[in-house]
Amino acid sequence: MKYVKVISKASFKSVCGKGCGECQTSCQSACKTSCTVANQKCENTGKQDKDIFDDMK
Amino acid sequence: MIHKYKFKDKHIVLDVNSGAVHVVEKIIYDILDVYNGENKEEVFVAIRDKYDESSVHDAVSDLDYLISHGLLFSDDSHITDEIIHNKKPVVKALCLHISHDCNMNCRYCFGDQGAFEGIRELMSFEVGKKAIDFLVQNSGSRRNLEVDFFGGEPLMNFDVVKALVHYGKTVEKTYRKNIRFTITTNGLLLDDEKIDYINEHMDNIILSIDGRPEIHDKMRRTWNDKGTYDLIIKNYHHFVQKRKDALYYVRGTFTKENLDFSEDLIHLINQGFKNVSIEPVVVNDNISYALREDDLDSIFNEYEKLSDYYIQEYKNGKAFEFFHFNLDLDQGPCIIKRISGCGAGTEYMAIAPNGDIYPCHQFVGNKDFLLGNINENCFENRLYDTFNKAHIFNKEKCKSCWAKFYCSGGCHANAYNINGSIYEPYELGCEMEKKRIECAIGIQAALTE
Repeated sequence: MKYVKVISKASFKSVCGKGCGECQTSCQSACKTSCTVANQKCENTGKQDKDIFDDMK
Repeated sequence: MIHKYKFKDKHIVLDVNSGAVHVVEKIIYDILDVYNGENKEEVFVAIRDKYDESSVHDAVSDLDYLISHGLLFSDDSHITDEIIHNKKPVVKALCLHISHDCNMNCRYCFGDQGAFEGIRELMSFEVGKKAIDFLVQNSGSRRNLEVDFFGGEPLMNFDVVKALVHYGKTVEKTYRKNIRFTITTNGLLLDDEKIDYINEHMDNIILSIDGRPEIHDKMRRTWNDKGTYDLIIKNYHHFVQKRKDALYYVRGTFTKENLDFSEDLIHLINQGFKNVSIEPVVVNDNISYALREDDLDSIFNEYEKLSDYYIQEYKNGKAFEFFHFNLDLDQGPCIIKRISGCGAGTEYMAIAPNGDIYPCHQFVGNKDFLLGNINENCFENRLYDTFNKAHIFNKEKCKSCWAKFYCSGGCHANAYNINGSIYEPYELGCEMEKKRIECAIGIQAALTE
């Protein structure tokens, strides 16, 4: 492309399956008074078969 | 939906639904004032006086390439709230109010100087033990659990902290859980014994300090009305030196009285702290030091200054971590997390010293949000649906906001405390969060090129 540089192709579609829930709760980090979800790390360790519906089984 | 903005000399375009980030030339930036992926004719008419036809043609081709690859104007059909509504209650994180007492008397404290509108008391081991049992019993298949020791000042009840960590370590083996312990302190009681224990057992520690001595001392006072900077700074230096590579944050609060708060963060960095954060105070605007809408320009300017400093230090090999600039553009949380938010009232709860259960630490003491007591035999979260449904698709202001997948709807407590409803975001907080996100993304763009 002539006029565009892609910095990130991040697709929210592809990360973490349906959500394994293993990541940190945002307020347990450094803020405590604001919501800063996007700077949390994904902690899915390849358990694509384990998602929040596991708890419903 | 897209969001475009200027950061330093760069033109940045964010594709909201995919999270893709692009640095574009000015011609693209201008075309995107008009182009929606389907109206090429309009584009050529609208900017024919500014750019030649061949350049516009090439630029539109670039944009069409991005669109065809799902990197611009991507749809949001994959992003629905259905999955959240079907989620079964699971608790994975607790904020243990281990001490409803404090040895500081900070002017801006949201916790009533430690008492949280109640009596001054310490949590007993028995209550803390029941809280950990409660966490494990309600955690479903989650392996990673969190327990944060909070107050008041947690170090005033450190023997119980240690006993609960020991108990937690026993429980996690039995139930195959991984409990991460964290603690927040004002630093006054941080001695060698506690430092060594924390370094051995705590995954993260938050050390409260507001920055420059005169700024810190204005707000963070002893009960006999003296400043506390000199009392804690040496403890923090000593702690961090012994902490080595393990995680910690020094964290401050800024108010209207230090709208030049970039100086406070830089002061902390110059003190040798590598992981730093500074948060805007959230109080009703009848308080003299409350942040107000007309402060936003100054605040934005400070985040710009911090961005410049971050880039400069990074390039000089002296990188530091500012909590709000930590943004993993290639991974980060999944879309479910981005929609559902912080988890307060659903997967995150706070426990008061008497065992009362609240949706999060900022609701403690507000009886309208009392969910039960840890000493009761069964727990049914009467506000689960209220909090579970308080996500970005159910907040009118969030639906059309470009930042919704970064802030996830903002802090429920701030929304409630300022607007009286967890469904109506705290707008001043939204504006500051959007600026921080723009800077965080812009920094990465600047460092990538």
